[in-house]
Amino acid sequence: MSAIILFLAVLAVIAGWWLSQQRLTAKPWLEEGPAGDFPGGDAMTWPAAKVGLGVFLAVASALFVLFISAYSMRMSVVDWRPLPVPRLLWVNTGVLVLSSVALQWSYVAARRHDTEGVMIGLLAGGASAVIFLAGQLLAWQRLGAAGYFVASNPANSFFYLLTAVHGLHLTGGLVALGRTSAKMWRGAEITDMRLSVELCAIYWHFLLLVWLVLLGLLTGWTDDFVDICRQLLS
Amino acid sequence: MVDIPYEGIPGIPPAEVPDVELYHPRSWWTRYVFSQDAKVIAIQYSLTATAIGLVALVLSWLMRLQLGFPGTFSFIDANQYLQFITMHGMIMVIYLLTALFLGGFGNYLIPLMVGARDMVFPYVNMLSYWVYLLAVLVLASTFFVPGGPTGAGWTLYPPQAILSGTPGQDWGIILMMASLILFIIGFTMGGLNYVVTVLQARTRGMTLMRLPLTVWGIFTATVMALLAFPALFVASVMLLLDRLLGTSFFMPALVEMGTLSKYGGGSPLLFQHLFWFFGHPEVYIVALPAFGIVSDLISTHARKNIFGYRMMVWAIVAIGALSFIVWAHHMYVSGMFPQFGYFFATTTLIIAIPTAIKVYNWVLTLWRGDIHLTVPMLFALGFIITFVNGGLTGLFLGNVVVDVPLSDTMFVVAHFHMVMGVAPIMVVLGAIYHWYPKVTGRMLNDAMGKFHFWVTFLGAYLIFFPMHYLGLLGVPRRYFELGDATFIPSSAHSLNAFISVVALTVGFSQMVFLFNLVWSLFKGEASGGNPWRATTLEWQTPETPPGHGNWGKELPVVYRWAYDYSVPGAAEDFIPQNQPPRATQLVQGAAS
Repeated sequence: MSAIILFLAVLAVIAGWWLSQQRLTAKPWLEEGPAGDFPGGDAMTWPAAKVGLGVFLAVASALFVLFISAYSMRMSVVDWRPLPVPRLLWVNTGVLVLSSVALQWSYVAARRHDTEGVMIGLLAGGASAVIFLAGQLLAWQRLGAAGYFVASNPANSFFYLLTAVHGLHLTGGLVALGRTSAKMWRGAEITDMRLSVELCAIYWHFLLLVWLVLLGLLTGWTDDFVDICRQLLS
Repeated sequence: MVDIPYEGIPGIPPAEVPDVELYHPRSWWTRYVFSQDAKVIAIQYSLTATAIGLVALVLSWLMRLQLGFPGTFSFIDANQYLQFITMHGMIMVIYLLTALFLGGFGNYLIPLMVGARDMVFPYVNMLSYWVYLLAVLVLASTFFVPGGPTGAGWTLYPPQAILSGTPGQDWGIILMMASLILFIIGFTMGGLNYVVTVLQARTRGMTLMRLPLTVWGIFTATVMALLAFPALFVASVMLLLDRLLGTSFFMPALVEMGTLSKYGGGSPLLFQHLFWFFGHPEVYIVALPAFGIVSDLISTHARKNIFGYRMMVWAIVAIGALSFIVWAHHMYVSGMFPQFGYFFATTTLIIAIPTAIKVYNWVLTLWRGDIHLTVPMLFALGFIITFVNGGLTGLFLGNVVVDVPLSDTMFVVAHFHMVMGVAPIMVVLGAIYHWYPKVTGRMLNDAMGKFHFWVTFLGAYLIFFPMHYLGLLGVPRRYFELGDATFIPSSAHSLNAFISVVALTVGFSQMVFLFNLVWSLFKGEASGGNPWRATTLEWQTPETPPGHGNWGKELPVVYRWAYDYSVPGAAEDFIPQNQPPRATQLVQGAAS
């Protein structure tokens, strides 16, 4: 459970920093008067959807970190046999990086009011995300063909589980991306769409980051790191 | 939604919100059924939670019938008893209390109290309710599937939760976990709304330190729930895979019904860590909204500002943070590394400090207040007393050496029913009596309310005080019947019968309350907009019940905190938050 505790500590620092900007030491019973008299503490200027996405990313991170906590606890039991990670995953990773880059491209284009660039970025990002998902399914199929079934070893179970949860999050993102693209297709004003494109890009970068962490975990790259952390804590 | 800053002062919403931002219903269906108005969603949440809560209430009667009069009722067998326990606990904690406090009160009060027109994502908010309803229906369906609901206990501990021999092994456990997963998805949608609305949609002048404590409580509880429910989600998904696909996340190698099972190597302790990582914050997810609401009830009905507002806010935040590092005090007898227990015992006792600060502040708010013993106030006072009682036995159980012998006895049942059952329900009931006039425009009947309070309050003590004593005698919990154990005297059996009679009485007195809710809707005295002469924004709406968009043409502007009661020199004993400062002060302000 140390992973989730560390994660919550980071969140607590962020929340604490934010709260420290909110004049929590004010004495509201003495502060009668209109809003402008007392600086700080008003609603944020960010658009609500962006804050909403930020909160959602915190929740999704908590979910993944909890899975990772469970992974590291289950890993230390003797029956754990790491499975060979299919080479295909490296190709998939590359495709997901491309997807993220395409959406960043789209966002940059949106800032430049370049409608065509936004459209190309969105479609390229969406298409490569679909290819990534197909690649993940193919990787599952290959593992299954090689005899690594979901229930035959906890390492396999976690592999399928973590890739599935990540894939489902990406599928959810594709729904949002699809809606944004459809609106662009129907000729929505680019200034109205800039925020949607930006949110899609942020979500994609987040999922790329999550995937890289998961990949490190599944391939065993982070084992040394985990061991060092464990020694530090015990 | 474009990130162009509003005109005028940056960061301050305009007084008038353009119509496009608010969704307007066009038909009866979108107005009352698939509504995106937080007030309608709040009522939908509350009614659904109450309906499933009544099922849990009936289950508790059945359990009490069995415990009080073992062997008398042939229609209750040992398996069913376990199913009743499980469903009663799960429904009450998650589908009733969590849904009612956050989905019900959160939806109704947050937009009104912060001066917003609605939640920031109304469509997602509507979706949240329908996913919650689906979760409730899936849960209720387990009563009708082959094998019935699961009897694994509300904590669903593996390995027994998914092995044969536990009732509901076929369908019950699968549907239970499906229902929990749905609930968490639905809650996350709602929770995003509550948090972002408090962050983003506060009206002009509503700084964080001018928020009523109700909003602070619900806000902090929602943040906690958003971070704690994923742990239950992870545990449910992995347990579901263990049951359906035969994985061994939690399942150790074991012999089931004489044959070696397919499982091996899994860690039941891992489940308990995940479950209680959710389970303990859950206690405060229910308690913090109750703390907030009760602060407002006491301040309003004692006509006095809340004592130590800042300390109350800090205590809410501190309790929220601390509640994430106490989970393993539920696991002293689980076989985890024993020294962990002492760490968690320490954090558990530390959390008593901010909690005690809150209790002192409530009492000091009452001190020399102009106490009106209205029904909401009675329930608020009932809450304080009950919470102190339940909290003190929590200090007993938080200590490892005391917990180990008491852990499997009725003492624990009595403790958590006092602190987490009766106490929050007192607040729920008080809050309904308090805000019903705003929701319907009519007062609840006072005589029926007082009858309801006294029967509920005294009855709860007659039920749960003796139960502590039973626990100290060593009467075990979760047992279908006690049999002829020599250490249990015959007086314990008559005490059990007494508790059952009182429990049935208290249960039926809730019917008076339900009747009151319906009767007052048609026959209740008209309340006017602000019957309790309260300061907070929800009482200052132009219409009662508040119309669509809450505030008419212009959003309110806030000039003061939420607790200006009995201000010396003021014309009335309350000053609403949106009342501008007196003209003389304005002149002084301009001169300086």
